[in-house]
Amino acid sequence: MSTLTIRSLRKNYGAVEVLKGIDLEAQNGEFIALVGPSGCGKSTLLAMIAGLESVTSGEIRIDGRLVNSVAPKDRDIAMVFQSYALYPTMTVRENITFGMESRRVPKSQQDEAVKRVAAFLQIEPLLGRKPGQLSGGQRQRVAMGRALVRDPKLFLFDEPLSNLDAKLRVDMRTEIKKLHHRVGKTTVYVTHDQVEAMTLASRIAVMNQGSVQQFDEPATIYNRPANMFVAGFMGSPAMNFLPAELGEQDGHPSVALQAADGKTASLPIVQTLASDTPRQLLLGIRPEHIYRFDPDLQRRKPSIAQINAVVELVEPTGAETIAVLRLGAKEITGRFDPDGTPRMGETVTLGIDMARACLFDPTNQRLI
Amino acid sequence: MADVSLDQAQDHHAATVAARRHFLTRFVIYGLLVIFAAIYLIPLLVVVLNSFRDQQEIARNGLISLPRSFRLEAWGQAWSTYCIGGTCEGMQRNFYNSLKMTIPATIISTVVGAMNGYILSKWRFKGSEALFTCMLLGVFIPGQISLMPWAFILGNLGLSNSTYGLIVIHVIQGISFTTLFCRNYYVSIPDDLIKAARIDGAGFWRIFRKIILPLSSPILIVTVIWQFTGIWNEYLFGVVFTSGQQQPITAALVALTASGTNVRAYDVMSAAVLIGALPPLLIYLFGGKYFVRGLTQGAIK
Repeated sequence: MSTLTIRSLRKNYGAVEVLKGIDLEAQNGEFIALVGPSGCGKSTLLAMIAGLESVTSGEIRIDGRLVNSVAPKDRDIAMVFQSYALYPTMTVRENITFGMESRRVPKSQQDEAVKRVAAFLQIEPLLGRKPGQLSGGQRQRVAMGRALVRDPKLFLFDEPLSNLDAKLRVDMRTEIKKLHHRVGKTTVYVTHDQVEAMTLASRIAVMNQGSVQQFDEPATIYNRPANMFVAGFMGSPAMNFLPAELGEQDGHPSVALQAADGKTASLPIVQTLASDTPRQLLLGIRPEHIYRFDPDLQRRKPSIAQINAVVELVEPTGAETIAVLRLGAKEITGRFDPDGTPRMGETVTLGIDMARACLFDPTNQRLI
Repeated sequence: MADVSLDQAQDHHAATVAARRHFLTRFVIYGLLVIFAAIYLIPLLVVVLNSFRDQQEIARNGLISLPRSFRLEAWGQAWSTYCIGGTCEGMQRNFYNSLKMTIPATIISTVVGAMNGYILSKWRFKGSEALFTCMLLGVFIPGQISLMPWAFILGNLGLSNSTYGLIVIHVIQGISFTTLFCRNYYVSIPDDLIKAARIDGAGFWRIFRKIILPLSSPILIVTVIWQFTGIWNEYLFGVVFTSGQQQPITAALVALTASGTNVRAYDVMSAAVLIGALPPLLIYLFGGKYFVRGLTQGAIK
């Protein structure tokens, strides 16, 4: 059993408030991702969990024990750094045993632990080498080995994949996921990459400017983002925001927005709205919920609404084609199947899946 | 086809012009370097040659001339029998004085500098930057300014006219430099290493011993060479605070040239000067390449 509980945690550097009251919790065996743009405070939060930064106010509890002023070595944690932080003058074996050596673990026990971890991560042939003789991916493995060998209560990862090239990053991401499945340790994982957060985490905390914007399961974060920051940060290409006016069509609530031909198009709203919903709002649509309209599609998805747009730019990526579309004065991006790719300059009738659309209040940017 | 061959001819011409110009600039550069090297080395050559010449021959043919004789006696005299200010023991006692002063002062100031650098770069505290700036001032303050205070301090400590007094002075005067060197080197060691070690359960000393020190050899070599040559060659404090048998070799050399009887023993003087210059020369000879490497290399490749 190991849990992590954080209550109204604050951190100031002089007059600068870096963390403004963080509440988080991780259940036993959970994988929590802290994600956000650089400077949002996610790395500071992780350093505070590790005990490398002091706490200004609030509580950090590991397994219910208050650890605010407990030294890093006594928190029973292990950490993997972005730079790997392998001790350059020691061999891989010495790197892995350094912690046990510090804690005066008997030699025979150390050897056993090294053997177990090296087999687990398949780094046996590297044990005699120095970090300088290893590739990026191998260093990454050794860094994880050093963390694993401790059998800690909590695993902390600080952007562990940012120093790897794109292909290796995807491989190691899978590896970390497998590792977590097998070890089942409570993990806190800092990243600025929303794909890593989505693929790895059981729950994601999206952070911005020192506070948690939303803390929920990946699907909820993606489909029902709490505010426009979360909506815009998670997902690539980013969600489109279109100014719209609340109205009524055939007795159903709908939103009116400008189409390509200057006319106003009216799109029906699927969700039920509260009576105090503002008239002016923002319609949020993810690029993959924009289709080329055809009646067949509407038969399958009744929530599809039609609107005309001009194709401004087409970017084929192979697996899909990204198109920039003009709707009135606004440009939006859509993701299309390569087979049904729109052509540049063409006016297309789009089908927008209104069941997946999000509505935001422009005054406070919150989800309606 | 014709165009291509024309181009090739032109290219060939351009290439020879460029090669000629390249050769000319090389020639000028190396020529100047040889001249400067000669200007620098000729005085040393004169001293080396004179240390092997016969005194009478020097008197006959002048200080600067090619040797007509070769003998080693001057070295022996300079080392053990030549009379300086009444005692006829040569330079050996002063040579040992210099060693007794330079070796401990070098070791202590280097160790203290490494500790300071470690603390000021990896265990920063409130005011540590200000402290470092203050220590840096020591680099810019000339030694003469501290002569009077040192006289006062050594007097009160009862260390006047002793090698130990000079050790104290050189350790403290040297700490600014050694701290600066080590601190600036340790800054380039990533902080993540220290954090990882702290999580691994290592404390202040264990991190220093197991992680910082093994990475330190380039900068420690630089510091040791710098301190050793600086302290060995230092003259002012030696001549002011010690006399006679307590003097380091730099001060004794001056006494030797001043203790003129009638004839100036240029052969012995030359040998004595070379004996005094030998340790720093040897250090540079064997450590020079590490010195340059240490100054230019960061901690982690």
